[in-house]
Amino acid sequence: MRIALEKRDSKSRKMAVIIPLASFVISLILGALVLAASRSNPLQAYQAMFNGAFGNARRFQYTIVEALPLLMCGLGVGIAFRLKFWNIGAEGQYVWGAIGITWVMQFWKFVPIPMLLPIGLLVGMILGALWAGVPGFLKAQWSVDETLTTLMLNYVAIGLAEYLYINAWKAPFGNMGTPEFPRETWLPPVWGKVHSGIYIALALVVILYFLLYKTRWGFELNMIGKNPRAARYQGVSIKKNIVIAMLLSGAICGLAGSVNTAAIAHRLTRGVDGGYGFTGIIIAWMSGLNPFASILVAFVMAALTTGADALQIAMRLPESMGEVLQGLVLIPLLAGSIFVEHRLVIIKKEAV
Amino acid sequence: MEHITKHFPGVLANDDVSLELYPGQVLALLGENGAGKSTLMNMLVGLYRPDSGSIYIRGELAEIHSPQDSMALGVGMIHQEFKLVGNMTVAENIVLGLKELSFVPNMDEIRSRIRELSKRYGLQVDPNAVIHNLSVGEQQRVEILKLVYRGADILILDEPTAVLTPGESRDLNEILKIMLSEGKSAIFITHKMDEVIEFSHKVQVLRRGKTVNTCDTTTVTPKDLANMMVGRDVLFSLDRCPYNPGGVKLKIDHVTVSNPLGNRPYLDDVSLEVHRGEIVGIAGVAGNGQTQLTDAITGLVPISAGTIQIDGRNMTNATPLQIIRAGVSHIPADRGANGIVGDMSVGDNLAMKKYRTKEISKGMVIKRSFLRAFADKLIQAFVIKTPDQDTCVKFLSGGNIQKTILAREIDSCGGVLIAVYPSRGLDVGATEAVRQNLILQRDKGNAILLISEELDELQMVADKIAVMFEGRIMGIRNVKETNTEELGLMMAGHTEARRDA
Repeated sequence: MRIALEKRDSKSRKMAVIIPLASFVISLILGALVLAASRSNPLQAYQAMFNGAFGNARRFQYTIVEALPLLMCGLGVGIAFRLKFWNIGAEGQYVWGAIGITWVMQFWKFVPIPMLLPIGLLVGMILGALWAGVPGFLKAQWSVDETLTTLMLNYVAIGLAEYLYINAWKAPFGNMGTPEFPRETWLPPVWGKVHSGIYIALALVVILYFLLYKTRWGFELNMIGKNPRAARYQGVSIKKNIVIAMLLSGAICGLAGSVNTAAIAHRLTRGVDGGYGFTGIIIAWMSGLNPFASILVAFVMAALTTGADALQIAMRLPESMGEVLQGLVLIPLLAGSIFVEHRLVIIKKEAV
Repeated sequence: MEHITKHFPGVLANDDVSLELYPGQVLALLGENGAGKSTLMNMLVGLYRPDSGSIYIRGELAEIHSPQDSMALGVGMIHQEFKLVGNMTVAENIVLGLKELSFVPNMDEIRSRIRELSKRYGLQVDPNAVIHNLSVGEQQRVEILKLVYRGADILILDEPTAVLTPGESRDLNEILKIMLSEGKSAIFITHKMDEVIEFSHKVQVLRRGKTVNTCDTTTVTPKDLANMMVGRDVLFSLDRCPYNPGGVKLKIDHVTVSNPLGNRPYLDDVSLEVHRGEIVGIAGVAGNGQTQLTDAITGLVPISAGTIQIDGRNMTNATPLQIIRAGVSHIPADRGANGIVGDMSVGDNLAMKKYRTKEISKGMVIKRSFLRAFADKLIQAFVIKTPDQDTCVKFLSGGNIQKTILAREIDSCGGVLIAVYPSRGLDVGATEAVRQNLILQRDKGNAILLISEELDELQMVADKIAVMFEGRIMGIRNVKETNTEELGLMMAGHTEARRDA
């Protein structure tokens, strides 16, 4: 008996849904092995995580708050991924968003206080867009490999942010970090810890869905992503679209950074490079680049993070276990994507 | 193969097909695109599984689940697109993927074995040559060697002569004859009747997934075969309006496209005019600047000197979109790579030019209902065989993919139609449809530039024929005032005194 892969006659839509779900289950099993190897009872650990993520209203709120930047970064990189442009620079674009809003809050004294928040968010968006636009332009103009440029620019952005909050923009008193933003400019809460950034994130989902699935531009991105040469023959400019898509991608990741800063830390400080940009890549992939699916995926990923905090307390496991589990989700998903166009067949007996 | 049946979503690709092949025999498998020839062969080499029916090789029931299985049974296939690694040598390509290959292969031994096989079958190839330096004919020999090296004794050749020059085809025939004398056998997939007669002993004709007829090659004529294939009498000449050209639509004036890597430019001072209501054919062996000419017109490669005018407007080095807006449609040479987006639906592919217009979009928003109605209209008008418009276009047969492109380009045509090898790889029925559509567009007053390798196609369809050789136009002739010999000489690069543009 033998098992072989066979090509399907058409793409399986069923599989496109089953694979992410099955991947998640498999990753939990893999995670259980890791947990067992760290001498913890996996079932207990998962229960502790579940409680940590959803145990009571406050924890549930934390999970939602954690999900928002993840969702926005996932949406942002997803746009570039549609073009097969591998923007792994969301982290840096997010950091620029945080820098942007801090700059406005700290130095744009001429802006009336009620206008500080919207202008701060906007400037964060613009800086994120420009930061992403650089690799986009380099790729379009000289075919510079974007995985390298976007990745490396992350560290430039993170380094700059550190310089700012440790040094140049540091508050005169207190610990590391810039002065706190005026209280009037904080993003208001809507339900306990959940802040009004949730409206921005959900609005983005709807806007992007419309843009990507209903407009001529979305159609062009789809063509370029699936066959750039044919797109060019149909008169679609690839260079122009790469730059536009990257500007938009970076703008959304930048907005994620400025929203989160206005809602949580209210200043630029340590922890601004929280890894949302990197986890956003997983979210984009797992959701199949679908904005609505991203909501669910971001929520699950956030639960793994908030759950891992509880793991640390209840099971005395390192916090990084959450990241391990997040990473484990991606592996079966990537491996499983082959089943969309292939199927397994079991060959009962070998006949020669 | 006995009683093979295979369904694809919405299509019955093979319906109870049986096939027999004896040692030392060449069987020609003839049929239109989508008749099920390739599907049948793909089941024999394990790329697909039949829904029902069974395969016997040397009298034994064979379970074939992968190309490796079929290779182990001595069945090998040479696909239309060669599967070779361009920057590796012949010898490396031949042994690539062999299971019994040791971790550090003994290349000397491999090379000498290849030389021995080359000699035995008349397959002259240098084992040390790098693939991308070889001609198409030589690459095909490497593919054959690859199979022979692996001990194949049933060879399946999918339209092997489509890419060969007449000389190379003759060589291939010789090679096959030597193999047959050793008891090997071959299945030959083709559309061309002449080849059936020339190469094969037996011919099996498929139509819409069913066997129409199986007979000895000696007992049939090309006309019989064509009728069997299409199921009706084929028109070998086409109706058309009398030649009555209008004003100049497309003017190519002393255009040069430089080649940074080579010592002669891709296009060297090319001048050509295409009038309304006229088909200008470009004859020439592939690789003499034809694709650069069409790419220059459509804005895909930069022009280093000269001008291109459409309706008297200068369109030199305009963007592809500007040129599309000026009314130029383009049926590209490499359809799979440039003509379609395989992973998008038939409907979306049909809309890839018109999505910018009110017919499909309202402002920046694509109206799905408009798009669906538009696609259904074209699917019907051009008789595209597809389960529905939501099927990914890559799952269609080659002929239907070409019809999809043709439908899109003809529908969106605004005065100039550039068709590059539009009937390449198509069967009689589809070829006829393509040619009739071109003539219909000409009769409507469009200017058509037809690039083709087949002189008889050009002589049948075009009003004027220009011959290209090494990036230059050797001469332009009225179809009625020239003959095959003259054109053939020009294609081979013979300059002539008479030059009338």
